[in-house]
Amino acid sequence: MPPKKKAAAKPNVSAEELLGHYREMLLIRRFEEKAGQLYGMGLIGGFCHLYIGQEAVVVGLEAAAEEGDKRVTSYRDHGHMLACGMDPKGIMAELTGREGGFSKGKGGSMHMFSKEKHFYGGHGIVAAQVPLGAGLAFADKYKGNGRVTFTYFGDGAANQGQVYETYNMAELWDLPVVFVIENNQYAMGTSVKRSTKSPSLWERGAAYGIPGEEVDGMNVLAVKEAGERAVAHCRAGKGPYILEVKTYRYRGHSMSDPAKYRTREEVQKMRDERDPIEQVREMLLTGKHASEDDLKAIDKEIKGIVNEAAEFSKESPEPALEELWTDIYAEVEA
Amino acid sequence: MATEILMPALSPTMEEGTLAKWLVKEGDTVSSGDIMAEIETDKATMEFEAVDEGIVGKIVVQEGTEGVKVNDVIAILVEEGEEVPDQVGDGGSTTTPAPAPEPGPQAAPASAAAPAAPAPDATPDWDADVELKSTTVREALRDAMAEEMRRDEDVFLMGEEVAEYQGAYKISQGLLDEFGAKRVIDTPITEHGFAGIGTGAAFGGLKPIVEFMTFNFAMQAIDHIINSAAKTLYMSGGQMGAPMVFRGPNGAAARVGAQHSQDYAAWYMQIPGLKVVMPYSAADAKGLMKTAIRDPNPVIFLENEILYGKSFDVPVMDDFTIPFGKAKIERPGDDVTIVSFGIGMTYALAAAEKLAEDGINAEVINLRTLRPMDTDTILASVRKTNRCVTVEEGWPQGSVGNYISSVIMQQAFDYLDAPVINCTGKDVPMPYAANLEKHALVTTDEVVDACKQVTYR
Repeated sequence: MPPKKKAAAKPNVSAEELLGHYREMLLIRRFEEKAGQLYGMGLIGGFCHLYIGQEAVVVGLEAAAEEGDKRVTSYRDHGHMLACGMDPKGIMAELTGREGGFSKGKGGSMHMFSKEKHFYGGHGIVAAQVPLGAGLAFADKYKGNGRVTFTYFGDGAANQGQVYETYNMAELWDLPVVFVIENNQYAMGTSVKRSTKSPSLWERGAAYGIPGEEVDGMNVLAVKEAGERAVAHCRAGKGPYILEVKTYRYRGHSMSDPAKYRTREEVQKMRDERDPIEQVREMLLTGKHASEDDLKAIDKEIKGIVNEAAEFSKESPEPALEELWTDIYAEVEA
Repeated sequence: MATEILMPALSPTMEEGTLAKWLVKEGDTVSSGDIMAEIETDKATMEFEAVDEGIVGKIVVQEGTEGVKVNDVIAILVEEGEEVPDQVGDGGSTTTPAPAPEPGPQAAPASAAAPAAPAPDATPDWDADVELKSTTVREALRDAMAEEMRRDEDVFLMGEEVAEYQGAYKISQGLLDEFGAKRVIDTPITEHGFAGIGTGAAFGGLKPIVEFMTFNFAMQAIDHIINSAAKTLYMSGGQMGAPMVFRGPNGAAARVGAQHSQDYAAWYMQIPGLKVVMPYSAADAKGLMKTAIRDPNPVIFLENEILYGKSFDVPVMDDFTIPFGKAKIERPGDDVTIVSFGIGMTYALAAAEKLAEDGINAEVINLRTLRPMDTDTILASVRKTNRCVTVEEGWPQGSVGNYISSVIMQQAFDYLDAPVINCTGKDVPMPYAANLEKHALVTTDEVVDACKQVTYR
């Protein structure tokens, strides 16, 4: 098992790449803010788990993925969908429960899928996506197509038994799966320290022979670099790899969480000092890769995309009542 | 342009709340993410963040105000140098209110007005001139899997002891030799995990057969069977589902006690998105297993350990399949309809023999699939016999028989000359002692008595 590598951001990245990361992270942030607003207006119902603060995780890992690679995650899934290129209009319209949503309004915030973008959900049962992700990797290995599956789960899910059942089989069968533990430090209202005495979550892989490392999840370049290492390991046929990405969610667990289990100062400190978008913005400005005006133009463009998505999600009609009775069974081929 | 800040809904059920505290004052500049106010909902006090940038032009609702309706204007944001507009909107002017839910459909199709009696499909499973071969249920299941694995490279078998051990009940005997370790896969003892991996593999385009050593162990995996396999097609708006088979022995074997003897037919039968098969004969087992593997949906295939060694005639055909949703009349009769499935058929058929000695001619229906269920065949028979007894080993409350009774009551009430009787296992965990176990299951005598009761003999 290789020693834990300290992921360090390399400054020698192109302006183009930095601008790409900036754009994608900003899209997630603005989209989620808008989703929060629409929830407040009663246009989005039920549970709505926002990704604000965690943007660098999916954007960094998507930068390490190739066409055809798969991804699967939990109910905090909007960021993953945007990062893998799913249309913001279809995502927002699913949040509002409309016909134009990715699941025709039948899935909602927690249950969205895109076969085209190899996004396999959106799962509402904590940690269920972990064996499902290993199963996707099993299918790819069976077909010998060289694809890798990114299986995301949180620090809360990391205490579910099925994660370790999956680790065991994934390593036993050398499945090409990257287990991404998005450690945002709180499982709903329970901090990691209150749920386990393990000093780190990625090290639990050692019991099954799976290598891994801890990653600075507020630094998109560090995430990407670690992602590339993990993917290379999987594609070389060496089996699974674990990334414990240390991140932070600024908002509550869901829209109805007052987040009283942590101080306002703790959240503010993270926003002020470690914000993933601000970090890239700094790099762009100090490296003279972009001017304030360039970044303003990007902000404006993103705002336009998000507003368009919001408009679409309001105008798209509710699903027809007949939809209640469709998609329960796939048609048997004659 | 001025932006109205509306009272937000901060929980799935919130309709109004208290504006507990403003954290900004008129004239303050705010940007996206700044906390503007604290709002008390029915559940908690929540912080409310700004979404847009601007200057707080006017605070419309003062702090401490109770009962502020969701979507009422609570403040106005303006841009640098802009005047606060006089007219405060009603809050609905700039937004689209949530659409009122439309009334749902009146009722599910199942409980719609009784349709004209449809003619059941009574075509035989095979032509009369086809050669028959005596085969055990065990061999029939193995042959069906082998034929389908030859036909489709994407079909594979996984489970505990399915490969090198040749199957805990020898169902997969010889499959490892023919198909190799890539397609016949021994798993560790980890039902929750491998049911999830199997389901993920199905999402990924393969056609897994997941064997449980017994369905009692599938309780560890039932979250994946139901939440992951059965619901994904619907939740994805038809984009992806789980073409796969979960199979293994179900129900009581002999003397294995409460934790290894449960019949899950009624449990799985309840789930939309699953298909549920419970074969009786070797021909059923073979024809239905082949159909199950080809079906693009998750199929629960409930076998029975006691039936594994029983022999039945199986047609010698290149490709013998039995469609789902087609019951079989195993024994025609006019006096009473006995409906059963799986091992329940042994009691049903034995009872019919005994009843014949007393001059009661029972019609015995073998359901074969519980979802979809061939209620047409049941209803046609009940309209002829005017009486019905159901037989199963499972528990009485929420049984398969209960459902059949409700269908008959709603669609053939006027034809009934007696209440439907459900013969089931007793309402107890399975005991170990031989005499108690025998009594805990449904018995042939109970079926005979029930038939006599409904025929008033």
